[in-house]
Amino acid sequence: MQASDAISTGYGSAKGNYLTNGSTLASWLLTKDHKRIAIMYLVTVSMFFMMGGLYAAAIRLELLTPASDLLETGTYNRVFTQHGILMIFFFLIPSIPAILGNFMLPLMIGAKDLAMPRINLLSLYIYWAGGLLTLYALMQGGVDTGWTFYTPYSTTFSNSYVMAVGLGIFINGFSSILTGLNFIVTIHTMRAPGMTWFRLPLFVWAHYATSLVMILGTPVIAITVLLVAIERTVKVGIFDPAIGGDPILFQHLFWFYSHPAVYIMILPGMGVVSELISNFSRKKIFGYEFIAFSSIAIAVFGFLVWGHHMFVSGQSVYAGLVFSFLTMVVAVPSAIKMFNWTATLYKGSITFDTPMLYAFGFMGLFLIGGLTGLFLGSVGLTVHLTDTYFVVAHFHYVMVGGQVIAYLGGIHYWWPKMTGRMYSEFWGKISAMLVFVGFNLTFFPQFILGYQGMPRRYAAYPEELQVLNIFSTAGASVLGVGLVMPVVYLTHSLVFGAKAADNPWMLPGLEWRTSSPPPTENFDVMPVVTWEAYEFGEENGLDLEAARRSDVVTA
Amino acid sequence: MSDNHEQHDHMNIPKYVGVFLVLVVGTILTYYAALVDMDSIFPGANTLVALLIAFTKMAVVMLFFMHVYWSKRLIWLSAIGSFFWLAIMFAFTLQDYLTRSEGVFGR
Repeated sequence: MQASDAISTGYGSAKGNYLTNGSTLASWLLTKDHKRIAIMYLVTVSMFFMMGGLYAAAIRLELLTPASDLLETGTYNRVFTQHGILMIFFFLIPSIPAILGNFMLPLMIGAKDLAMPRINLLSLYIYWAGGLLTLYALMQGGVDTGWTFYTPYSTTFSNSYVMAVGLGIFINGFSSILTGLNFIVTIHTMRAPGMTWFRLPLFVWAHYATSLVMILGTPVIAITVLLVAIERTVKVGIFDPAIGGDPILFQHLFWFYSHPAVYIMILPGMGVVSELISNFSRKKIFGYEFIAFSSIAIAVFGFLVWGHHMFVSGQSVYAGLVFSFLTMVVAVPSAIKMFNWTATLYKGSITFDTPMLYAFGFMGLFLIGGLTGLFLGSVGLTVHLTDTYFVVAHFHYVMVGGQVIAYLGGIHYWWPKMTGRMYSEFWGKISAMLVFVGFNLTFFPQFILGYQGMPRRYAAYPEELQVLNIFSTAGASVLGVGLVMPVVYLTHSLVFGAKAADNPWMLPGLEWRTSSPPPTENFDVMPVVTWEAYEFGEENGLDLEAARRSDVVTA
Repeated sequence: MSDNHEQHDHMNIPKYVGVFLVLVVGTILTYYAALVDMDSIFPGANTLVALLIAFTKMAVVMLFFMHVYWSKRLIWLSAIGSFFWLAIMFAFTLQDYLTRSEGVFGR
């Protein structure tokens, strides 16, 4: 690949980059550079993802046969619990904000770093501390309550390491809060001259909304976990009816955070997809303001719907109806995004590069995930579907089909910027397609299984459900291969990949106007933004016409 | 940064001690209020008094110890917004508890 500095950089540096600025262990562990911190997050989060994936493999292998033969039922409880805990708290929540957000947000707004670099490093150390404590608890025997820690399982009946894992999650929450706080302050105070609020990339808007949810919701889960610990140790009646508590109060407090946490996971993914759809259609995004404000709307309305997880818990019918109605309302801003992305594609100059394949995958899978959420948000239908595999399929379509796909799309999209290397486009496309096929083969049968009444969280099931379970396990194998492949070819690209141009996709965003990889200070001179977001016309100051991708990508 | 320096000028050691004393007095008041049977006036009066004292302590910490009183409107908005979110949590939880046995669709 050849770079054309005239059309791509403008603010970059020839003096070196953040990767070459110190090679000792201390230069990494004590760094305040948001890019290095993001890379350390990338390594750690990927390890947690792999661990969570191994637990998923164990679940699918157990469910290959109707009997509980591979895992003893108690072990199965621990396996699915640990799969959920690792994936949600240590992969899905931090992945896009802590890796892509950390790395890209300052670059996209023209800042030298986040507003509070030391706090940023602290959030990484807190994440490590929470993760290590959780891993310790898992090695000691783990926890068997389900990732939701529902009382009275977690307070009265469980003999597993509830306290240690709870403490790990409690600690980890502070990492999330600090990251969110850092992003909000950075977006308010560190934007380059000319980078007005309505020139911000939608990825930044999505992170702003996500950060609001992080700092408003995360303290509640921390307090809730703490209350469980207090009840277990000091026997104060908070959730246990025998000593004056109420178990449903736990569900209210838990879901007050954990439903918005779904938006902590998906909103940054939507931000990535907004970037991909517009940039790989080479067209200004349709309805910029609507997409920006729909992110804020999701963040706000997302706090008003938690009771849809509790329709059959014993909450009042009145509360159920209110939560059901609001659940329908929160679907509207998500739909606004889907319609605007589709309208952006219309008459766009679409290219099918690997990141765009992931964006298409997101649109299809998130659509299914979102619409099946409406099934589950209906008070009547949900009585039949609660705690079945329909729910499992639904949230995997949102979490994996949405967030993980978007994360992979983002990683592929910004990989050249992050590492200065290009990966194999051929293997990238093969992997994206394997992930899409494997994912659908894994989780679509689970909608049918759930509708037929197969409950979640059981190691055994009736024989007539085996065929669909075999499909699901086979799909998981394909999905596993699709997910391992990027680890291989992306790692390979670090050494053997062609050098990436500063602006390999020929895009107008600020992050593409500095060198690949960027210098430690991000920009040698302060950028001045005079163009609108996603401006592909001459106004963006890049001579894109003179450097069409075919001329530049000659690797 | 200049804003922060200006804010620091508003507080000094005696004022910090004053905040501490308010917290200590509030804690003692909470203890003695719990010993008086105010629930005979109306149910929940004891809890209400305890919460009012707690709210006062929290307001003093936020306004003076955390300098919100002298801060920009955006900081005020953030502070008030967090209370709005707390109100959402209480209100939507109570809409369950208060309508379980009676209310619009009560049994």
